[in-house]
Amino acid sequence: MIWQFLIRRLFLLLFVFFALTCFAFSLGHLFPGDPLTNFSGISQPSDELLPALVQQYQLEQGYLQQYFAFLSRILQGDWGLSLSSQQPIITELTQVFPATLELVAYALLISFVVGVPLGLIAAIKAQHWSGRFISGVAMVGYSVPIFWWALLMIMLFSITLGWLPTSGRISVLFEIPASTGFMLPDIMLSKQPYWQAAMIDALRHLLLPALVLATFPTTVMIRFTRDAMLGVWQQSYIKTARAKGLSRSQVLYRHGLRNAMMPVLRQLGLQFSTLVTLAMITELIFSWPGIGLWLLDSINQRNYPAIQGGLLVISTLVIMVNILMDILHTLLNPLARKQFNG
Amino acid sequence: MQFDHDKGKPVKKKSQRSISTAVQLAAMILLSACQPDMPAEVRSGLVYCLEGSPESLNPQLVTSGTTIDATSRQLFDRLVDIDPEDGRFIPALATHWEIRSDGLSYTFFLRPDVQFHHTDYFEPSRPLNSTDVRFSFERVMNSEHPFHAVSGGEYPYFQTVEWHQRVARITTPTPDQVVFYLRQRDSSFLSNVATDFAVVHSAEYADQLLKQQQPQRIDSHPIGTGPFKFREYRKDVFLRYYRHAEYWGQASSLEQLVFDIEPNNAKRMAKLLTHECDITAYPRIAELELISKRDDVKVQEQTSMNVGFWAFNTQKPPFDQAKVRRALSMAINRDAILQAVYYNHAHTAHSLLPPTSWGFNPAVMSVPYDPTAARELLAEAGYPFGFSMDIWAMPVQRLYNPNATRMAEMIQADLAQIGVRVSIVTLEWNAFRRQLRQGEHDSVLLGWNADNTDPDNFFRPLLSCSGIDSGTNRAHWCDPAFDAILAQALLTDDQSIRRHYYWAAQHYLSEHIPLFPIAHSKRFQALNHQISGVSINPYGGISLADARKEP
Repeated sequence: MIWQFLIRRLFLLLFVFFALTCFAFSLGHLFPGDPLTNFSGISQPSDELLPALVQQYQLEQGYLQQYFAFLSRILQGDWGLSLSSQQPIITELTQVFPATLELVAYALLISFVVGVPLGLIAAIKAQHWSGRFISGVAMVGYSVPIFWWALLMIMLFSITLGWLPTSGRISVLFEIPASTGFMLPDIMLSKQPYWQAAMIDALRHLLLPALVLATFPTTVMIRFTRDAMLGVWQQSYIKTARAKGLSRSQVLYRHGLRNAMMPVLRQLGLQFSTLVTLAMITELIFSWPGIGLWLLDSINQRNYPAIQGGLLVISTLVIMVNILMDILHTLLNPLARKQFNG
Repeated sequence: MQFDHDKGKPVKKKSQRSISTAVQLAAMILLSACQPDMPAEVRSGLVYCLEGSPESLNPQLVTSGTTIDATSRQLFDRLVDIDPEDGRFIPALATHWEIRSDGLSYTFFLRPDVQFHHTDYFEPSRPLNSTDVRFSFERVMNSEHPFHAVSGGEYPYFQTVEWHQRVARITTPTPDQVVFYLRQRDSSFLSNVATDFAVVHSAEYADQLLKQQQPQRIDSHPIGTGPFKFREYRKDVFLRYYRHAEYWGQASSLEQLVFDIEPNNAKRMAKLLTHECDITAYPRIAELELISKRDDVKVQEQTSMNVGFWAFNTQKPPFDQAKVRRALSMAINRDAILQAVYYNHAHTAHSLLPPTSWGFNPAVMSVPYDPTAARELLAEAGYPFGFSMDIWAMPVQRLYNPNATRMAEMIQADLAQIGVRVSIVTLEWNAFRRQLRQGEHDSVLLGWNADNTDPDNFFRPLLSCSGIDSGTNRAHWCDPAFDAILAQALLTDDQSIRRHYYWAAQHYLSEHIPLFPIAHSKRFQALNHQISGVSINPYGGISLADARKEP
């Protein structure tokens, strides 16, 4: 039944998580330098501290005990200190991770709002010049390297026209305390007298990176919506519905789109890892203080505890989203459910 | 069907409304760039794009220019300042000072009613007094002091000038007087007190931190008397200060000052062009011409207290002969180097001292560019057919030498004209410095950035016998006669007498040429045209206390 399916997925998740933590744990030993420093982020522990740390990290025991100690620390939220700032990794992650989620979420939102209707038009008017034009643009957008595209947008909208800022989430002059880590809710919660101006400023900062990051998922969305729709449009139930006397738009919304969106949703889950990679590049170019920029800085600074933590969080996110989309797809799609049950 | 029609209409209206709202919002977002209705806190704030993250917020602990720019003159004050116009000492926290006739004690009289910062982590109960000054300097010099070992116990500037060997003790006879007793006469003492490193902290705050058992917060959450007070620091992102309203001088017109941390040169420049930064540090020299054409940007320049030079290893033949060193120097076309390496953003160096130093000798003879004479001189010294030599080019980029490899290549070409064959050596920076110290080089392209205004800070590290041991004398030049001139110059406080000794020192160098000064480079910053009251201080870090932003 459906529970069986969920339990299987849960097992898969556990297994992947196990492999992932094994990898992250072994990095602590594989990175150059002292494993104690790589795990704890304390570069020169004092003589009083050293025995306690060795005890806590079980470094005198075998790898298995060390791994379990590592696992329990991860679950307790003790991810060590950042070598460069000496702040707890988990605190830094709660600052940077929401920024990435925010950027990715708005990019996905744009891609839905823009990509689905355009994909529909491209399918319905497949032979018309507008349909061909949309497909062509989607093809170009799909192939454009994102760093080049981002720089082009900055050149045009920021430097030449001076409309939009080039970097950050909000002008540094606005003082918005981080309570949720998500900028727009934080501005609401900050109760600053200038929250409206801050909101507009934050949106201006968001616009360019979100548009750049949305380019890839939007084109994916257009292409898959178009292909799925063209496939669905050939189905006999569409012909039946038309024959029943439903108008073209009624058929489109009631029978076409819902069935066409199923494979699109699934594709989105599969493309998520690409999206995260692109988000990192976008963050780097727009100095967006998200997890990607943070991880790249950590790699530059040889900040091993941070690299470990960052990798763990990003790969967990990608796996979770994949499995979530898989479950969602199964739950929403009677056909997949049936296949599975059968 | 009726149902569908009824449903369809309002939906359409709604969507029209939402489209028009979206269009309005989009227009607002795009146009808000031009609207001046920003809140006061934001409108009167200044953003300075800094090239890196400060490693500490206490200038006593660092030597990096980035940290000094961000902290020293914004958060703190010194006992004495240096007038950027003429290099004289001017009152700061001390309104005046007295030097005992034997030069062994300096008494500073403190300014009354100097307020420390009020912040959400510390409320001062009293204005500045002599215990604060004593605390600040004793932390540095007394290894038993409860704060000495906090944050590592390293005070690089004070260790370089051997502060604990110069100053015997500090006393506080009254709350507004502080006395420094020196072990020997030291005319560079005031220069050291006026550097950006010699800042004054609050002793009351330190006591509070000791009670709270958080002494390390003194360096991360500083309390000073400067024109701005600390608010918030996010490493690699920004550093935020508020105005210190009770500042003893003219309180700043800026509500807040934010250092936006952006290590990437191109991005810092882009932020200046989009007005996200009001001031940007260290614009790339190659781009200066381009941006100075824009109406909304102005570029400032200032000759810094630095020198880029070519040092000969004077303990290795044939470089132990002054004639050879002079011949090699005469073969170098410095004008071409200035153009290709410094993009003409530097002065030709006639002496080791920059012309802005009070010790500069305008009469000193610069080495002329004359390859024919150089060839004759080389023949006279016994090398009519030239010889082979190494030039070591430093592998890092510094203000005083933006591209040592390029410079080495140009010198290589120049020397080929007089028959000297050059091979260029570059190593990783740490190995480079280690092998230089061991004297394995024939000659090296390096430079020096002065820490204070005293000419002694150029001559003693670079060319005295003691500089060989401490690894700053790359020419390995040890001349007792020259050292005697330097020692004489420190024995008096009379600047005009000292100047004569330094003139003599420069004259001596122009005869012996242990190193060949090439250029004094300029420091640049680019500003938004709305900013005024900011200039580059040749003697230290940036001060933004008088900065103003036109609406």
